Amino acid sequence: MPDSLIMAGRSLRLSVRSPEALLTALLLPVMLMVVFVYLFGGAVDIGTSYVSYVVPGVLLLCAVTGASTTAVTVCQDMAGGIIDRFRSLDVPGVALLAGHVIASLLRNVVSTVLVGAVAFAIGFRPHASVAGFAAAFGVLLLFVAAVSWLAAAFGLLVSAPEAANSAMFFLMFFSYASSAFVPVRTMPWWLRGFARHQPATPVTETIRGLLLRQPGGLPLGTALLWCVGLLVVSVAVSALLFRRRTA
Amino acid sequence: MNENQQAVHEIARVAAVNEPPVGTGLAIEASGLVKSYRDVRVLGGVDLRVPDGSVFALLGPNGAGKTTIVRILSTLTRADAGLARVAGFDVVRDRHEVRRRISLTGQFAALDEVQTGAENLRMMGRLARLPRAAACQRAAGLLEQFDLTAAGRRRVGTYSGGMRRRLDLAASLVGRPSVIFLDEPSTGLDPQSRQGLWQVIEGLAASGVTIFLTTQYLEEADRLADRIAVLAAGRVVAEGTAAELKRRVAARRLDLTCPTQAALDQVSRYLGERVVYRDPLRLTAGVATDGSAAQVRALLDEIDPDRCLIAAFAVRDATLDDVFLTLTGQAKETAHA
Repeated sequence: MPDSLIMAGRSLRLSVRSPEALLTALLLPVMLMVVFVYLFGGAVDIGTSYVSYVVPGVLLLCAVTGASTTAVTVCQDMAGGIIDRFRSLDVPGVALLAGHVIASLLRNVVSTVLVGAVAFAIGFRPHASVAGFAAAFGVLLLFVAAVSWLAAAFGLLVSAPEAANSAMFFLMFFSYASSAFVPVRTMPWWLRGFARHQPATPVTETIRGLLLRQPGGLPLGTALLWCVGLLVVSVAVSALLFRRRTA
Repeated sequence: MNENQQAVHEIARVAAVNEPPVGTGLAIEASGLVKSYRDVRVLGGVDLRVPDGSVFALLGPNGAGKTTIVRILSTLTRADAGLARVAGFDVVRDRHEVRRRISLTGQFAALDEVQTGAENLRMMGRLARLPRAAACQRAAGLLEQFDLTAAGRRRVGTYSGGMRRRLDLAASLVGRPSVIFLDEPSTGLDPQSRQGLWQVIEGLAASGVTIFLTTQYLEEADRLADRIAVLAAGRVVAEGTAAELKRRVAARRLDLTCPTQAALDQVSRYLGERVVYRDPLRLTAGVATDGSAAQVRALLDEIDPDRCLIAAFAVRDATLDDVFLTLTGQAKETAHA
């Protein structure tokens, strides 16, 4: 079994053993969805049911809260004695980080299912084919992998787990300043350029388009490019940071 | 690399992890290790030779550079200069080979608090390339060996300091290392836990592995180690068996308290480098002694023949500070000579 899978098993066990953190990561997106649908949703006029509009955005929030757990656990590992033990067992740094990212992916599968179930209960009705669901799920997982690895790099950069937790707020900002919760055209002009040209918008719109089988072209290519690009850069940067931290 | 060297390399590569390395009979060999962090020189040229199967203690105060040496030898940190071979392999070029043959137990427990003892050991076993069944078996065996079988089912977060240290040590052994590094193994333990840990380390030593430990305690080095190197300010200032070192450093100290500052100055001037302890507020200076009545009487007569410079005296056990003062003082003398 490769080291990364052993490390993923460890990360998952650590997640399950910290129920408070896990519950927060799972319930926060669900609560935010309820807030958006019932408190803000009434004021947002987008022509269709707001719950259907907002579900992809909430799934992005899941990815972001899940990724912040990755930042915190990576930071904790680097601060404690265990990193020396792993290194003296010749576990490559990339395997340790991959383990955290794989665990983040699996946590996100759970939170996605949870959000989907609650969304369905409050009126979300997707029209996608099986292939459409699979494609939307694939794009989402790729996005989760990218932000989780980015968060892992952030966890290597900061020295305190509390600081690592602030990764969530930076990443959340990207979700809010996108078409995830409100259409970009409703934003002030100076924010629109940013909102259109950052990863959260094409990813949300691709997932939304696939789930609701919307007419018109999907920004699938842009979404994939952003995710793959972010992933490649994050893996490279975290490898560098890991080497610097352990020098 | 010629064919011959390549063949030797290949033999070493396929050799089982717990087989002794091919070569010199030295488990650890370091020469001229230098390390600075920014502008601070932590190691100023350290040479070490540790024979296979022996217990070696690196004795020194906080900040002497002990942990840095352990980190260099266990491949975690690179020296700025110098060479080190562990288990027959270069710690930089062949670090992966070295890592398969060593273990490191640091000052901070390298364990997951929310995993049970057994889970921690199984995880380390899998990372040490054991198949699942073998890792389980090894974990159970180690828990029994370290008297943690019942605790193995509990999370490490519930363990006492001593249990944690034992589990940490057990975790370092899953891969059957031939060289074991222990960085201040007993720091922070209560006396009883320390005794227990010492017995564990003695058991390990008896099994034939090489143990390299660091400590601040003369007593610990004395009890466990075959050879001791004394490290002060990044240099080895003395090396030898405990008995050899004790011969160089008296185990007791004679404190001389003078009636006036002038008397203290006169005594200090007379003794020069022999002064191993100073307490100017109490007008006291200390010299090394074996504590025998004959030697104390002789010292008093020698230092104060007219019986007016010394008001009171006391014989105390030498502290580690005295040892360092004496040894670093001697080192200085040698350097001047």
